[in-house]
Amino acid sequence: MDMKRDYYEDIELFKSGTVLVWTIIFLLFLFTLPLYLPSYNIYLVNIILVNVILAVGLNVLVGYTGQISLGHAGFFAVGAYGTSLIMMHLHFPFPAAIIIAALIAAFLGFIIGLPALSLEGPYLAIATLGFGLTIMHIIGRWEIFGGRMGITAPPLDLGIPNSSLSFVIKGDVQIYYLILIITVLLVIGARNLMKTRVGRAFMSIRDDDIAAEVMGVNLTIFKTMSFAVSAFYAGIAGGLYGFVVSFFDPFSFNLILSIIFLVMVVVGGLGSVLGAIMGAILITYLQYDLLKNVENLPYLGGLLVTISKKWFTVIGLANFAGIALGLIMIAIVIFEPLGMFGIWIRIKKYWKTWPF
Amino acid sequence: MFEMLLIEGLAIGACYGLFGVAVAIIYKTSDVVNFAQGEMGMMSTFVAYQIMTVYGWPFYIAFPATLIFAIVLGMAIEFCFLRPAKEPTVLGLLILTLGAEMLLMGLAGWKWGAEQKDFPFLLSVYDTIEIFPGLALNEWTIGVFVLTTVVMVLLFLFFRYSKLGIAMRATQQNENAAKIMGIKVERVFSITWGMSSLIGALAAMFFAARSVLDPNFMMEPFMRAFAAAVLGGLTSIPGVVIGGLILGIIENFFGYAWPEWKPIVAFVVIILIITIRPSGLFTKHYVKKV
Repeated sequence: MDMKRDYYEDIELFKSGTVLVWTIIFLLFLFTLPLYLPSYNIYLVNIILVNVILAVGLNVLVGYTGQISLGHAGFFAVGAYGTSLIMMHLHFPFPAAIIIAALIAAFLGFIIGLPALSLEGPYLAIATLGFGLTIMHIIGRWEIFGGRMGITAPPLDLGIPNSSLSFVIKGDVQIYYLILIITVLLVIGARNLMKTRVGRAFMSIRDDDIAAEVMGVNLTIFKTMSFAVSAFYAGIAGGLYGFVVSFFDPFSFNLILSIIFLVMVVVGGLGSVLGAIMGAILITYLQYDLLKNVENLPYLGGLLVTISKKWFTVIGLANFAGIALGLIMIAIVIFEPLGMFGIWIRIKKYWKTWPF
Repeated sequence: MFEMLLIEGLAIGACYGLFGVAVAIIYKTSDVVNFAQGEMGMMSTFVAYQIMTVYGWPFYIAFPATLIFAIVLGMAIEFCFLRPAKEPTVLGLLILTLGAEMLLMGLAGWKWGAEQKDFPFLLSVYDTIEIFPGLALNEWTIGVFVLTTVVMVLLFLFFRYSKLGIAMRATQQNENAAKIMGIKVERVFSITWGMSSLIGALAAMFFAARSVLDPNFMMEPFMRAFAAAVLGGLTSIPGVVIGGLILGIIENFFGYAWPEWKPIVAFVVIILIITIRPSGLFTKHYVKKV
């Protein structure tokens, strides 16, 4: 079924013609999406795409290298603040600014990767959690970052601002195309990275770090590199997020956000790019759309409002998203540890081997 | 001034230590870091609040009722969420407890809303009692010291002499061997969670009396308590309390010198300690073998 005969087959991007055709159809659909989607939904799609970038990056760290991070909101914040501040104060064009910000995030990821060499499991979770909260507090207290009030993103200028080369992108639809191109590139990048020597080194660390070391994988280099790559993705995602929401403050980058990022990867399926994408889409949609207006749902909404009136408070119904996400997290660990990707594999297997 | 800072640091440190003990008990027995610990304490504190302000019952009824609720809550979370998970990975356990945290936080927000409330506690932060001539402490501080000492002594006696405590230590050392010896390991886990939730609820009520009560109020104390626990070594209960005291003093003096940077001291300490001495100050470092 999945037999590979030579190395080239292992590293090629599309496994078969069918996959290629479907990918092209899907990309065409994405590129023409603004034609048939109401414009107010494009904002949601933008957020989803940003989260897809982040989830794919986090998956490199969590799914492929087997490390844990509860501090990705920190890298995300570095990307968002870095890009906006570099553009505001140094007047850099957007591509340069976002890459510099992402490199700063990657450097911080490298620094956090250093203690990770000797840490595992819960200790690593706590160390990264501490990092994320530290970033949040530093941003909240330093005047240059706008303090607690937050900052407004500058105009998104692809060229050099205030000159003849200026090329300003405005509106959700234009930003959508920019983010879509970056997302597609980064997703392909992550997929290809996993097929190189580096990607195989990551996976060997996940499967058994001692065995990997014995085989000649340099743990110091590859663990820190995994953190750096993941932080780079988070930085890019953060930089784009800043322009999508156009206004942000330190408290948007709290611990809950880090948890939600981790949930996207786990719900989608660890160690699979497709899984990370599915997880990001599902969780973002739930969080920003479905659960935000839970009282408008058919049947369930009315029931929840009744329950709220009787035992809880109607105004607190906004917290229902937390309850639902918590239950999803618990259910996925108990019933489907492989996540949505595991379900997908099972469906695929069922059809392929039908009627057996 | 110096004495005041020291005593206040010790008091808040003892509170961190107490909460850290709650984290450490679970980690010691079942190798789970319970990220929902803070929210379990928060939930119990809200129950106490509900009994006292909404139903208007006095503190000495609300207090034991809350403790019973805390035990039931801890056991329920273990029974409903952790037990059905079949051989979860470290990441799986982390996601489970984080899920429980989000769930509890959402429930509390749904029931009590996000606005901050005052928690009517028996011991006030403002009324002082002069124990020795020239040394006046507020009731809260005295309460924390007494409670921490009592809990520590009881825990020591429990783990040393009671049959259940010995069973818990056996489970921690080798789960399979404990099973063979006839220890009902699952029941031990349940009781561990109940105990930990009880201690956590006690500490959470003290935290609430000092600050305000809202669904997020235990997040940062949990982080600090965890920092304290790591500082002292997660597997040594006296170590955790000493770690808490050290952290409390560091934080208080640092906060006096640079007030605006006080919130990040604990995180810097946590990262430093984890980097330099991952197993804490008071436990032996263990090396993973193949």
